[in-house]
Amino acid sequence: MKRTVKLTINGTVYERDIEPRTLLVHFLRDELGLTGTHIGCDTSQCGACTVSVNGQSLKSCTAFAVQLGGADVMTIEGLAPEGELDPIQMGFWEQHGLQCGYCTPGMIMQTRQLLDRNPNPSEAEIRRGIEGNLCRCTGYQNIIKAVQWAAQHAKQADTAIPTANAPEVDASELVKMP
Amino acid sequence: MAPNAMIGSPIKRREDPRLITGHATYTDDMTPAGTVYLHMVRSPHGHANIKSINVDAAHKIPGVLAIFTGDEMKKEVGPLAAVSVGGHPIPDHFSIASGKVRCLGEIVAAVVADSRYHARDAAELVEVDYEPLPAIIDMEKAYKGESGLVHDSIPNNLAATLEFGNDVTDAFKNAEIVVEQRYVNQRMAPNPIENRVVLAQFRTGDESLLITTSTQIPHILRTLLSGVLSIPEHLIRVVAPEVGGGFGCKLNIYAEEVIACYAAKKLGKPVKWTETRSEGMVATIHGRDQIDYIRIAATKDGMITGLDITAYCNMGAYLQLLSSSIPVLCGVICNGAYAMPAVHFKALCIYTNTTPTDAYRGAGRPEATYMIERLVTLLAHRLGMDPMELRRKNFIKDFPYASPLGLMFDSGNYATAMDKAMEIFGYDEMRKMQADALKEGRYIGIGQSTYVEVCGLGPGQGMTTARGYECATIRAELTGKVTVFTGISPHGQGQETSFAQIVADNFGIPMEDVIIKHGDTENTPYGMGTYGSRGTAVGGGALMLAVDSIKEKAKKIAAFQLEANAEDIVFEDGKFSVSGTPSRSITFQEVCLKAYVDPKMAPVIEPGLEATRYFEPGNFVFPFGTHLCATEIDADTGDVKILKYIAVDDCGNQINPMLVAGQVHGGLTQGIAQALFEEVVYDENGQLISGTLMDYTVPTASELPFYTLDHTTTPSPSNPLGVKGIGEAGTIASTPCVVNAVVDALRPFNIDDIQMPLRPEKLWKIIHQGTQNGNGHGAAQSVVQQHFGDDNK
Repeated sequence: MKRTVKLTINGTVYERDIEPRTLLVHFLRDELGLTGTHIGCDTSQCGACTVSVNGQSLKSCTAFAVQLGGADVMTIEGLAPEGELDPIQMGFWEQHGLQCGYCTPGMIMQTRQLLDRNPNPSEAEIRRGIEGNLCRCTGYQNIIKAVQWAAQHAKQADTAIPTANAPEVDASELVKMP
Repeated sequence: MAPNAMIGSPIKRREDPRLITGHATYTDDMTPAGTVYLHMVRSPHGHANIKSINVDAAHKIPGVLAIFTGDEMKKEVGPLAAVSVGGHPIPDHFSIASGKVRCLGEIVAAVVADSRYHARDAAELVEVDYEPLPAIIDMEKAYKGESGLVHDSIPNNLAATLEFGNDVTDAFKNAEIVVEQRYVNQRMAPNPIENRVVLAQFRTGDESLLITTSTQIPHILRTLLSGVLSIPEHLIRVVAPEVGGGFGCKLNIYAEEVIACYAAKKLGKPVKWTETRSEGMVATIHGRDQIDYIRIAATKDGMITGLDITAYCNMGAYLQLLSSSIPVLCGVICNGAYAMPAVHFKALCIYTNTTPTDAYRGAGRPEATYMIERLVTLLAHRLGMDPMELRRKNFIKDFPYASPLGLMFDSGNYATAMDKAMEIFGYDEMRKMQADALKEGRYIGIGQSTYVEVCGLGPGQGMTTARGYECATIRAELTGKVTVFTGISPHGQGQETSFAQIVADNFGIPMEDVIIKHGDTENTPYGMGTYGSRGTAVGGGALMLAVDSIKEKAKKIAAFQLEANAEDIVFEDGKFSVSGTPSRSITFQEVCLKAYVDPKMAPVIEPGLEATRYFEPGNFVFPFGTHLCATEIDADTGDVKILKYIAVDDCGNQINPMLVAGQVHGGLTQGIAQALFEEVVYDENGQLISGTLMDYTVPTASELPFYTLDHTTTPSPSNPLGVKGIGEAGTIASTPCVVNAVVDALRPFNIDDIQMPLRPEKLWKIIHQGTQNGNGHGAAQSVVQQHFGDDNK
């Protein structure tokens, strides 16, 4: 018994018939082939699957795709136009903020929300802001430097990252059964 | 960047653009047309007889293609491969259990279906009738034979006994002081963020197998799979694509790899298995799990005269590839950075009804370093000496140093690294601050670790079962570009960058003109893979030999072109010229072109410009350093705050200091996590209490300090680059450093040891309940004494 779901992902509208139990992350990866979003656990601890849903971070293993009908989703593939890099991506590259790279897309998407809400975070604020995302390689030190680099360069470029604080939204608003 | 300036420079990684944009391809990102999905049915018991398996209901799930059981698969597929150290028996370990399960999570059936979801649905309907047996969990009891047998044919659950060193009897008889302890090095779960994933494709017609898998050892895996599956090695191709971390746990041949291949051959379809995290907590090897009885003999002025260790090493239910080799890596380096005439190490490798243990970052060396660094600090405390001074007094000073355990320490300047660390740390001021804080009722402690480790596996003759080498092929292409094929298999270490730096520098060409290929047995020469901090130390050695061979042939070509003698050709800044006549020259790129096309060379020089070389080092490498840390224990909560962490490491010459720092950061974090947070816990029935990431505390950014790094440079004479490994050093050093600091902070409560992980609850109890030795925080002295008898004093 399949259900139809319609979602905007990275600016493109997708309509698919899927099993209602299909997780958003499986929808992205298996249905659409957007494999930049990774799966690192089954208890919503690791954050490797973090994407942006209606402008807010969501661990895409925590929601069924059908719950998010009509939502606007951004994945790592949609963060910067093809051939360009977002300042956050550049920060991770400049500061050696990744090693195996597996947590990186989720970490970058979470950084986007962090800087969206607080364009000039302190070290402690960055640590708190990314604590829902696990990295096993870097010890987080260079990730923190990457976020700081991105914050600095976003201000200079004054483009890719909105500098205004995004309003806090009740997470339960995000996940509504259709 | 100018030629010859790349080695030693912090050049940004070439791996990163694909990784930061989501374009990298990990195994689970590949789904060839017709892919079907494999899901395992696993034992919910730690120890049980399998009475029957009923798959009828499972077969009714739509999309189910096959369900395999152990009895059936055993007829065609052999047991998993494992290394036997010194010839001890290896009990049969079949990919799917038949008759009996010996640990939680052991596979009892495997389901293949047309989707991930259908495979899981069907797996839940496989009915297995078990007869539970008492689980054997405590390894000391297991050894005494008090709790039954894991394998009926193996008495006392003793997998192997390993012994190194010389006679310590006199050292302890004549000692002016003896200090002894029981240390527990708890079980850990490696937890790379990418779980293990396997994609197997069998092509009927040419009967060939392609297996894409998240592994650190594609070539070794190919050889092992060939043996287990009875498929000739040349018909198997193993690909390790992008691999999301390994830390030792992907240095193996796993049941799931074998089952996926078997299913692919049976079904003629691509078969994918993707481990879930909770599944990985039981299905992927664990690390550590060692109980160490250790005693040290010394003079009253602090000269160490002897060391004696008996280590109980938990193997788990079966031997995985290197399970019984890990205690070897512990034993051979257990004297640490200290010269001593008498050392004895004995390991008792014990079977229990738990997931097998094997290599986890450091593999044996963290265990060795933990106990010696803890005990040396305790010895200093008992003698009323400063722990740094006692270390300085006993450091190995003359190199090469032949240890009583059979190693030849290659090079070192231990005191120099220690001085540097103490200066950066502000050791004397910190001691003063500690004393002042105590007057205010604040508990600050200072911990230290002056580690040395042995890595770069391995020398040809230093390994227990196989030669140790690495291989590289360099192909200078017709257009002057260079393709390098290496036998190592990096998965985050960054050798696509650092190896390109080395090659570009040596040929005087831009780095963009070099590409590094790895991780595919079809196009790389036979190599041992990436583990044991060997990538650059051994793989880089092979690369340098291949560079030399290319240069040698290129000089002959240049000589022909310049009408000179090859001996008169010099190579500098990317140009070959006649010695003394720099105007007569030819570029590297021109030589490449001539090598492939110039018909005039036909009679004299074979076409092409390619070299394959193996590097088999004559010795291991021995990285070392001093780590210092200051911790404060919150008396109200028992929480540990790391106030300062200084790491001065010496890994010889650094190819790319940015990558070195990254390795140290990650290593430190995993070592600190063992000290403070992580522990795999089984209950007495063999159930895993720490079975998900909710219960197993991989640290987040909030729980960690900012590290201050520095280094000294003592090149290794063991390889052409003068490098030592750095991947494991941080993990090896940091665990005892942090525990020493916490114990130091809580010295006012008269404690010598606190069992890891040092979670707030334990520390709070020490502060508020005045818990002394013997009440769960370190072993009672009587327990240790029983172990060594009374020839001590």
